[in-house]
Amino acid sequence: MDFVNAIILLLNYIFIPALTYGSQLALGAIFVTLIYGILRFANFATGDMMSFGTMFTVLFTWYFQSLGISLGVLPTALLAIPLAIIFMTGYMLLVDKFVFRYYRVNKSPPVQLAMVSIGVMFVTQAVVRIIIGPSDRRFFDGEKFIIKAGEFKEMTGLNEGLAIKSTQVITIVVTMILVSTLFWFLNKTKTGKSMRAYSDNEDLALLSGIDPKKIVTITWIIAGILATIGGALYGLDKSFKPFTYFNNMLPIFAAAIVGGIGNPFGAFLGGYVIAFSEILLTYAYRKFFMYILPETMEPGGLVQLLSTDYKFAVSFSILVIVLLYRPSGIFKGKIL
Amino acid sequence: MAFFEGTNMTGGYGNGPDIINSCSVKVDRGEIVSILGPNGAGKSTAMKAMLGLLDLKAGSVMINGQDISKLSPQDRVKKGISFVPQTKNVFAGMTVEENLEMGAFLIDKDYNEVIHEIYDLFPILKEKKSQLVGELSGGQRQQVALGRALMIKPSVLMLDEPTAGVSPIVMDELFDHIVKVKRTNVAILMVEQNAKQALSISDRGYVLVTGENRYSGTGKELLNDQRVRSSFLGG
Amino acid sequence: MRKNLNVIAAYSIMMSLIILVGVFQSWNIALSIFNLCLISAVMTMGANIQWGYAGLINFGIMGYTALGGLAAVLISVDPVQDAWSAGGFDILTSLFIIIGMILAIKFILKRYERSKIRTYFIAAIIILGIIIIRVIAEPGIEAIEAVEPAKTGFLGGLGLPIVFSWIVGALFAGGLAFVVGKVALGLRADYLAIATLLISEIVIAIIKHEDWLTRGVKNVIGLKRPAPYEVDLQTTEWFINLVEKFNSGKLALISDIADRQTALNQLVIEGSSVFVKLCYSGLFLIVVIILLILTQKALYSPWGRMMRAIRDNEEAANAMGKNVVKQHLLIFILGSAIVGIAGAMLVTQDGLFTPGSYRPMRYTFLIWVMVIVGGSGNNFGAILGGFAVWFLWIEAAPIALFVINLTTSGLADSHFLKQHLIESVPYFRFLMMGLGLLLIMRYRPKGILPEKIEIK
Repeated sequence: MDFVNAIILLLNYIFIPALTYGSQLALGAIFVTLIYGILRFANFATGDMMSFGTMFTVLFTWYFQSLGISLGVLPTALLAIPLAIIFMTGYMLLVDKFVFRYYRVNKSPPVQLAMVSIGVMFVTQAVVRIIIGPSDRRFFDGEKFIIKAGEFKEMTGLNEGLAIKSTQVITIVVTMILVSTLFWFLNKTKTGKSMRAYSDNEDLALLSGIDPKKIVTITWIIAGILATIGGALYGLDKSFKPFTYFNNMLPIFAAAIVGGIGNPFGAFLGGYVIAFSEILLTYAYRKFFMYILPETMEPGGLVQLLSTDYKFAVSFSILVIVLLYRPSGIFKGKIL
Repeated sequence: MAFFEGTNMTGGYGNGPDIINSCSVKVDRGEIVSILGPNGAGKSTAMKAMLGLLDLKAGSVMINGQDISKLSPQDRVKKGISFVPQTKNVFAGMTVEENLEMGAFLIDKDYNEVIHEIYDLFPILKEKKSQLVGELSGGQRQQVALGRALMIKPSVLMLDEPTAGVSPIVMDELFDHIVKVKRTNVAILMVEQNAKQALSISDRGYVLVTGENRYSGTGKELLNDQRVRSSFLGG
Repeated sequence: MRKNLNVIAAYSIMMSLIILVGVFQSWNIALSIFNLCLISAVMTMGANIQWGYAGLINFGIMGYTALGGLAAVLISVDPVQDAWSAGGFDILTSLFIIIGMILAIKFILKRYERSKIRTYFIAAIIILGIIIIRVIAEPGIEAIEAVEPAKTGFLGGLGLPIVFSWIVGALFAGGLAFVVGKVALGLRADYLAIATLLISEIVIAIIKHEDWLTRGVKNVIGLKRPAPYEVDLQTTEWFINLVEKFNSGKLALISDIADRQTALNQLVIEGSSVFVKLCYSGLFLIVVIILLILTQKALYSPWGRMMRAIRDNEEAANAMGKNVVKQHLLIFILGSAIVGIAGAMLVTQDGLFTPGSYRPMRYTFLIWVMVIVGGSGNNFGAILGGFAVWFLWIEAAPIALFVINLTTSGLADSHFLKQHLIESVPYFRFLMMGLGLLLIMRYRPKGILPEKIEIK
């Protein structure tokens, strides 16, 4: 029996990857929830908007690299993100002005706006592919690992190694900073509160003198920041491929709904719920049991609940169950 | 000339038929005025017309001698007119205090003092200030709604059926609060279904029928008027 | 009458576009576009029944299409005897366990009141069942997949003519729709959209990864055809004679006998593939016409009127004693079944089943563009949408190339921008679809051919 090794094993293969992936999903889910809460439609262009923002991050990273600018051990992309956010927000405000605004002003039903967002999805996808192409792009530079598995083993003398990638730490840290700033903004500032009020009761917000145009603009700006950063972090950690981003929309939707759509804090937690259940249910626990069980009881198979092929299916099943039993989400709390 | 008055207002929603027809309503500061009448008489519509929620085909709305007929509802709010809708009149997902803050959205200067005044008026709100409004009782919610509307220190307060759906005890309590508000020199205009109780606290009242003024007078006069009694007050 | 003129005009334009492709590009291309237009039309009819008749959003079209395709495999492929003897028993046992589980759960649901204990009990049955199935099925699956993995490695099908699969595909899709509808139809419109989209992804995940049933990403190729094979035609006397007769004028111009023979051979090769495509066109046309007659009849029947009444005012219809839930479920099943037919037709035409190719852009969202563009609620509109959008989807690249060459004609051929744009030509189809959808939704929200009957 060897508990320390077993715990390191779980940390290395479940906890840290799930925390990273969960953070990436959480940012996307807050994006979905904000749009849903304030602009009142399910945005099917979510994944492609994230890929749009990431594309600019990649382009600026390349540009900085060509100029020889770098952040040393940190990835250059961190420098590119602020510029990408500007382009992203610009694009979103443009799309809103020419597409979504018309339906909002006419008070179209949410379904129609969702259909319109499919048009935006097609266009955005095309623009991204025309500008940067559909292939896989890596734009990570800087120091890759904070701790390497081998170094960890040497340091501690354990059998199991713990590898921590710098992208994992960057993802988690940036997410925490961004999300706490966002919650501070929504709960403590006048503008943030007026956004929540608008989402809660539009008519009364108008009667209170809240300017809907300003609310919509700020929502798109925040959404642009979330989408760009969320997308760029995912791309840094894995790689940037437009099609993957389109696919990521699905677990992101799952996270937003699991957390109770319209509830940003729920969406934040929902990201982790989805990430952890995907990884927990598809991890092969054979080695873990080898550590904690006596030799005679060692398992024969992989001890895996579901094959990793069904990773996505896990989050979707959770979503379907939540939709059926608690459509308002599993977390209580302030709606946006 | 009254402080706040709608004169000969005619109009309806969108391109629909006229709901109010040459209807006039006046209210002065420190006065409670009720608009009464049968269902579909255009009571709420008359009030919404004064708030600017529908376009008037004829007539005018004046406050303090100034014509505001062309202003949007938001701009009328800035003129000191506050409105409490009949339903959905609070931000249910926000705390009591946040509701009050949203009421003060248009005020640029510090409004902490106003919040304290509201708490003095409705002590229960102070107790529950960090609670979500959605979790409060019906009567408490109406107090939040009143409190939110009072945050801009309005000169005119319009209430659309403030006692709809609350129990008789709560209704009495709410009317007490409304009288308290009146004493702060606010002009109060309200639409009410509970005509008897409303008239008993009102200084004046209007009875509308099919969008037109039918009777008007002081609360007492209307209460004692045989025609009004038989047709609207149940004998 | 004027409305009918619209329909005739729209269809004439569509057909002449396809004929133009035939004249200027080739008849082969024109016919393959035409055939896929027909299949798209079937899919849009299915989606249109759900959306146009009843206002139900089904973003799971991809899943039903894939199930139809699976039906084509399971019907037409010969059974793999070795695989059956290797693991058939285990699979059948698992199947019985699943049936047993469902029956047990149904029994519990019926017999006991709703309570926590009941929920836990059901959960326990499901979890226990999954574990047992994994234990039993695992060796069977491994054995099946080990049988000649390069060629088979799956159980195969029934070895019946592939056309039967069109009906079976409808049954499969309808069955799935029954389950999905039972659980998800109560959801709000946008939630329903998301739920159906995710469920269709689950279906694809299963088809992709359960190799013992579908061969997964290894694909199933060489499915039997309902139409003759080109190679056979090329050596068949009557066909060669037919081609000769058809082109006698052209051939007569060639004096040299040997040259004439080579020309004839060339014509026969071309003709054979055109002929095969025509056979498919005929089959598909029959399906489209039958479905069109049925859906039109349904639309104008009392039932169709009731559906539209439900769509336009659910509460009122409910109050009038119409069972909205039941009707929604029925229409969800019917629409999905039609999509299932289309899925089977598609695989029949391609002669191969490639689970990896089912992607939501192509099989869900594109179909929705067709429905919206064509005119939801109008069957002629839906079919036209299928034709027009598919045509544009295929011809987008040549059109984009033309436009790029025109607008960048001032630039040198080696200019980086021009080269980059020309390389990106395939992606302009997404742009055109998106812009087309946005423009139609903005300026003609009822589609090219709007619904005729309107209920206020």
